[in-house]
Amino acid sequence: MIDFGFHITPSGTLNLDDVDQKTVDTLSRADYGFRTCIACGSCTASCPAGVFSETSVRQAILSVLNGKDEKALRLLSSCMLCGKCLMVCPRGINTRHLILSLQKQFEG
Amino acid sequence: MIYEGKRKIWSDYQKEIPDDHYFYVRSCIRQSFFPASEAAFLNITRNILGRDVFETEHHTTCGGIAYHSDTIPQETVMTIVARQFALMHKHGYENYVCSCITSFGVYIETLETWRTFPELEAKIADNLRKTCNLEFAKPRFVVHASDLIYKLREEIAAKAKYKLVNAKTGEPLKVVEHIGCHYSKMFPSKGVGGAEYPYVLTGMIEAWGGEIVDYPERRHCCGFGFRQYFIKGNRGYSLSNTHKKFESMEPYEPDFIITNCPGCPYFLDRWQYVIAESEGKTYGKDGHGIPVLTYEEVAGLVLGFDPWDLGLQTHQVAVEPLLDKLGIPYDKEKKFLGAGGKDLGRPALPSCLKCM
Ligand code: SF4
Ligand code: SF4
Repeated sequence: MIDFGFHITPSGTLNLDDVDQKTVDTLSRADYGFRTCIACGSCTASCPAGVFSETSVRQAILSVLNGKDEKALRLLSSCMLCGKCLMVCPRGINTRHLILSLQKQFEG
Repeated sequence: MIYEGKRKIWSDYQKEIPDDHYFYVRSCIRQSFFPASEAAFLNITRNILGRDVFETEHHTTCGGIAYHSDTIPQETVMTIVARQFALMHKHGYENYVCSCITSFGVYIETLETWRTFPELEAKIADNLRKTCNLEFAKPRFVVHASDLIYKLREEIAAKAKYKLVNAKTGEPLKVVEHIGCHYSKMFPSKGVGGAEYPYVLTGMIEAWGGEIVDYPERRHCCGFGFRQYFIKGNRGYSLSNTHKKFESMEPYEPDFIITNCPGCPYFLDRWQYVIAESEGKTYGKDGHGIPVLTYEEVAGLVLGFDPWDLGLQTHQVAVEPLLDKLGIPYDKEKKFLGAGGKDLGRPALPSCLKCM
């Protein structure tokens, strides 16, 4: 066998029927940004915490939509609520509010 | 496959393809990937079917690879495109036919952009005058070379020496058709049959006696995807795309794959080697792969061209089992002889994928 330096990645296929839509609905009611995000990544690119940690609003939103709530929380655990991401979001999403809504939902 | 449904979709997406008088532009990469395909296209359309297809050595690449790799701005690409169109106009043509699917997508996207933003069109016309001193013009029709072969498929069938059937059993060969993403996924109305089930290659296979395989990942990308491949760190994604397609088509046991894009046949062909060498998996019979052919190569085989004149020896996956099925004779000794009998040398053989 030859190692070409790259490999077949396992399929990332998701069955959205298995995702608890209630959580997504509740969060979307708290902040509709979960629905309007276009996953452009501007927030992640501008995040000062993202340079040193895995902080990523974009990935956190996608994780929620894909039913990976724990991952979403982990991705925002180093967020300083500085609000830089809020200033760059082309969809005008109040990302700080979105982050706080997410943390409130899961951490109480 | 629910044939009636697809027929309905196909009839909704028909485009006008002029019968004759074309200005032809080549692909920048096909001549090294599949060296005889473009020559076969010109031979078939000009010499066998008597069409007027003009080309000039002054045309260039469309800039598509740089554009889709984000290394040049769109205005630069549009000026390159404007120059190509200006050359067509200068030579008295108004029908434009291109060999490459990426180019086809770039031409269509450019024309649509100009239609939506006339001020941008005026700026590009000005760029063209300043940089090349050429007169700005737009084609009446832009078609892909596979559109033209599709249009002429029945004429090719009438002159066919071989049909796409198993010479021993008389059964139609099972064929996977793979369309380049930029053919109609961006602008469905510009492709024969639309984006979901393009008919352009299916029409050829049906006309030449084969049978199309419908499989779950039929519309999945081949995996080229420009940046997926160009950046080595992403190359696993490219390979994974191809792997997904092969896993999906494997149960249907296709005899070969027909493609109409420069990247797709290359990646579907070469990644079979990488999958075999890294995973030990092959998708054809007895350790062979599934041959991947361009539509010009298939048309050439049907018309009785010598397989080695069509450049089939440059494929990674051996084509001999397919030629045997079709009953097409070939000289084993001449496989690695180039033009004028020049010895091209022998490639190293893979350890897993059977290539002879
Ligand atoms: S608010 Fe949090 S996620 Fe947004 S830029 Fe600041 S640290 Fe990053
Ligand atoms: S910047 Fe806004 S739209 Fe873009 S990924 Fe972040 S939250 Fe979503």
